[in-house]
Amino acid sequence: MTLTDRINQAARRLPAWPIYIVGVLLPVWLFWQAASGALGVDPIKALEDRLGLWGLKLIVAGLCVTPLRRFAGVNLIKYRRSLGLLAFLYIVLHFLTWLLLDLGLRWEQALGDIIKRPYITVGMVGLLAMVPLALTSNDRAVRWLGSARWQKLQKLAYLVALSGGVHFLWLVKAWPVEPFLYLGAILGLLAVRMIPKRFRLAA
Amino acid sequence: VAKLDYVKSDYSTDEEPNDISDIRGYNNFYEFGTGKEEPSVNAQKLTVDPWSVKIDGMVDKPGDYDLADILSGVTLEERIYRLRCVEAWSMVVPWIGFPLADLLNRIGVQPSAKFVAFETLVRPEEMIGQRYPILDWPYREGLRLDEAMHPLTILATGLYGEEMPKQNGAPIRLVVPWKYGFKSIKSIVRISLTDQMPETTWNMQNPREYGFYSNVNPTVDHPRWSQASERRIGGGLFGGRQDTLMFNGYEEHVAGLYAGQDLTKDY
Repeated sequence: MTLTDRINQAARRLPAWPIYIVGVLLPVWLFWQAASGALGVDPIKALEDRLGLWGLKLIVAGLCVTPLRRFAGVNLIKYRRSLGLLAFLYIVLHFLTWLLLDLGLRWEQALGDIIKRPYITVGMVGLLAMVPLALTSNDRAVRWLGSARWQKLQKLAYLVALSGGVHFLWLVKAWPVEPFLYLGAILGLLAVRMIPKRFRLAA
Repeated sequence: VAKLDYVKSDYSTDEEPNDISDIRGYNNFYEFGTGKEEPSVNAQKLTVDPWSVKIDGMVDKPGDYDLADILSGVTLEERIYRLRCVEAWSMVVPWIGFPLADLLNRIGVQPSAKFVAFETLVRPEEMIGQRYPILDWPYREGLRLDEAMHPLTILATGLYGEEMPKQNGAPIRLVVPWKYGFKSIKSIVRISLTDQMPETTWNMQNPREYGFYSNVNPTVDHPRWSQASERRIGGGLFGGRQDTLMFNGYEEHVAGLYAGQDLTKDY
């Protein structure tokens, strides 16, 4: 049996719900660490960064699902909804950490930053684009919209990923490697979607 | 760690200094990595003795000065200063040092000199950040001569009454409390007097975001973030923010240096 078969077989047996449990426990754990000093002397920044980065990781993971199926025959599609919803949770918490803890509810400055600072504007675009995705992430919404329209709406995920990658790269000083790797991965995962369907390799 | 003898100074703030663990554990010192916690680990390899500083350019007595010569006869003072990082966080640090003007007067500044340029050590064997072109090494900074001669401007050789920790810029660094932290160059090996405005590292990296002056100014924002407020390190998860003060609270001392200048242009 090939590795692909093994993964697919395991995926058929393993349900998606444990991902939600672990995924919800992570922010609780991060918050507890931040409050107890385990994240260093600047816990607000540490919490903000970690939540944002975990959100971005999940977005990238979600983008991997389709190419994995198409080019490697690995079918993890039943987990994609949980990845997307958790990404939304983390990005909302990332935003709330910024607004409530970092800016301490300085509304004027927060609003000014969202409008004036391109990297924050881009981040907000990404967050807002996740809202319709989260709202339509249930079977009822799929039925209500119809599969074709729902599929089309899900393309917003590409905008979310691009916004997230650009937001990360744009906020750093100097040029560290990590944000380039994330944006590169996102661009790569979007690019493989443009390969014409006749090159389908899936088993 | 060697204890230092020092006297107190009227220039000290009465704000509570940060814990020494904050000051030693949270550093921007890209020569030892871009993470805030990396310098406290990576800087420990740095050899700080022997240490010499080249003083050259428009001075009467140029030369390579051993650190001991620079410090001989100097009265060290404790200067408890606010430190405001350009990234919008801040600390209060009890530096030990002496006015830069003392050294410049001993060396003899020639009348033609208008600026002071500084350079940090380049030693990639011991400074692992320098193995990557994150910045254009050596790290360079500069001051206008009147800024350099101002009594608030010090060369610091310690903090909390002890020798300077390596991650904080041992063995000798600049501290200019009314400017963003990156102006206060660490681990200095060269001081040059010149009549040209010197090139400075962050200005070379991104001139739109980092000006030569880089005075703390809540009314002139960084293009990517507001400078109106700051997060005081040590405040914990619910510390919130405080307003940033003009010239980091040193306005009464230094505003006169910039009379007639448009600080939105000379940022």
